[in-house]
Amino acid sequence: MVTSSTSMIAIDNLHKHYGTTHALKGVSFEVPKGQVVGFLGPNGAGKSTTMKILTGFVEPSSGSVKVGGIDVEAAPVEAQRMIGYLPESNPLYDDMMVAESLEYVAAMRQVDVNVRQSRIQSAVERCGLGPVFGKDIRELSKGYRQRVGLAQAILHEPDLLILDEPTTGLDPNQIVEIRELILELGKEKTVLMSSHVLSEVQATSSRVLIISGGQLVADDTPEALTTQSSTIDIEVAPKEGTDTNVKKLHDIFAQVPGVLDVNDGRELSGAFSFRLRAGEDDPRRALFDAMVREEHYILGMHQEQQSLEDIFRKLTAS
Amino acid sequence: MQQVLSIAKKEFFSFFASPIAYIVLLVFLAASMVTFFIIGEFFAQGIASVRFLLEWMPVLLLFLAPALTMRLFAEERRTGTFEVLMTLPVAEWQVVFGKFLGAMGMVAVALAFTLPAPLSVSLVVEEGFHFDWGVVFGSYLGALLLASTFVSLGLFASALSRDQIVGFLVGLVLCASITLVRFVANVLPAEVAEVATWASAWFHFENIARGVVDSRDLAYYLSATFAGLALTAAAVRQGKR
Repeated sequence: MVTSSTSMIAIDNLHKHYGTTHALKGVSFEVPKGQVVGFLGPNGAGKSTTMKILTGFVEPSSGSVKVGGIDVEAAPVEAQRMIGYLPESNPLYDDMMVAESLEYVAAMRQVDVNVRQSRIQSAVERCGLGPVFGKDIRELSKGYRQRVGLAQAILHEPDLLILDEPTTGLDPNQIVEIRELILELGKEKTVLMSSHVLSEVQATSSRVLIISGGQLVADDTPEALTTQSSTIDIEVAPKEGTDTNVKKLHDIFAQVPGVLDVNDGRELSGAFSFRLRAGEDDPRRALFDAMVREEHYILGMHQEQQSLEDIFRKLTAS
Repeated sequence: MQQVLSIAKKEFFSFFASPIAYIVLLVFLAASMVTFFIIGEFFAQGIASVRFLLEWMPVLLLFLAPALTMRLFAEERRTGTFEVLMTLPVAEWQVVFGKFLGAMGMVAVALAFTLPAPLSVSLVVEEGFHFDWGVVFGSYLGALLLASTFVSLGLFASALSRDQIVGFLVGLVLCASITLVRFVANVLPAEVAEVATWASAWFHFENIARGVVDSRDLAYYLSATFAGLALTAAAVRQGKR
């Protein structure tokens, strides 16, 4: 039973070795009940491995993994009862019909016989499987297959949903549908979902975990991560009679408090443009003052928050 | 237990939903009938007995069992549904036992299809003679027990591989070894020979086929089957490392 004081997921110092490969190097994080967490990372970073360990498919090399307070290694079956899992590549029993597959999963999940049909129907409705309920799974499009996998993951009404790249390979319309479904599910359940589609993580999750090379490199809300840094494109021109060049301006900008980097300095017909990187403090006023001091005109200054993609690339570049 | 039965049912119906099932059954039946009528020279012999067929059951089953079990784990590993199965709240032994029961169901169907042979032979017995149903009953029982051991070995082979063909071949080798070790006994020194004979599945089958169900033969089959299933569970668990 999950009480309000128990975290839904509690991973402590998780290590996993595959032969000589050290796939997970001391991953630790906790997810409280009701949170929707986006799990990002490049391929091979350890997202799927972490999820496979959480769902009891793979055994950890060391560290503790708890779901709803239950140790997954010690009592895997109990832990698995609380989880609805959609694996990467969504494997399904192709030789079964949709209806058969859902019945099978419901039986295996020991859904009470009295409510079984209504649970299946409710999962079918939520996932929009009505039109294909009687079809063979092998005949379904990728979008429908994904929805069958999702239906199988939710029909026993688990407290925790673990979704490994639920929108991979879907077309934009299908992605929107699945995303909306996840948003809806996120209102009642705890969700841990991994994705490559960063905008999707931003749209659905209240918390982002970024893993790279087997280690967590970021753990924060999407907003906090993206305000951490920004780029400022600035274009200046010297006043008539004054003189400057790229190198001089580069040094001036580098001195301005709040500016972390100065890049891409160029001259074009007497105007100079640069791309500056700023941290949490906004240096635009200081930049203005600096240009006034030098007697240069500011022709343009535009600030853009770093996208999650930029953060991702920066944190996961090896 | 209910989950075990769910798995057994699923495997059983899933098997018969595919055309491979009918090919396997057909080949098994054809081989059985060829063995009996042609190799056994039934018509030439003039004896209303299915003894010959039943004596050759071990060889027939030793091909049938791996053919039935080859896909049970290997296919799930290949398609990835193994991951779905292993993340359902069900213990490994339940999965193994469920698949075992499903496969035994398939074997029972295959054996049932051979029943017309003894049935029709019993109809042509000459006046005054009876058809020995005791031997037939004993032999089918022996066949089921033998099959349970073969199926458990076949399951083990399937659990070791992603490839059905490899699963079949390894299963065949395992079943053949445990059966044919009896014949190797001929060339071994006395003490070892006795152990080899006792370890052979064929030896115990012969005992039961005579119509005598000895508890020692039962014990052999039950322990051999149990060992096969335990090995399978271990192989499945190894897949999680």
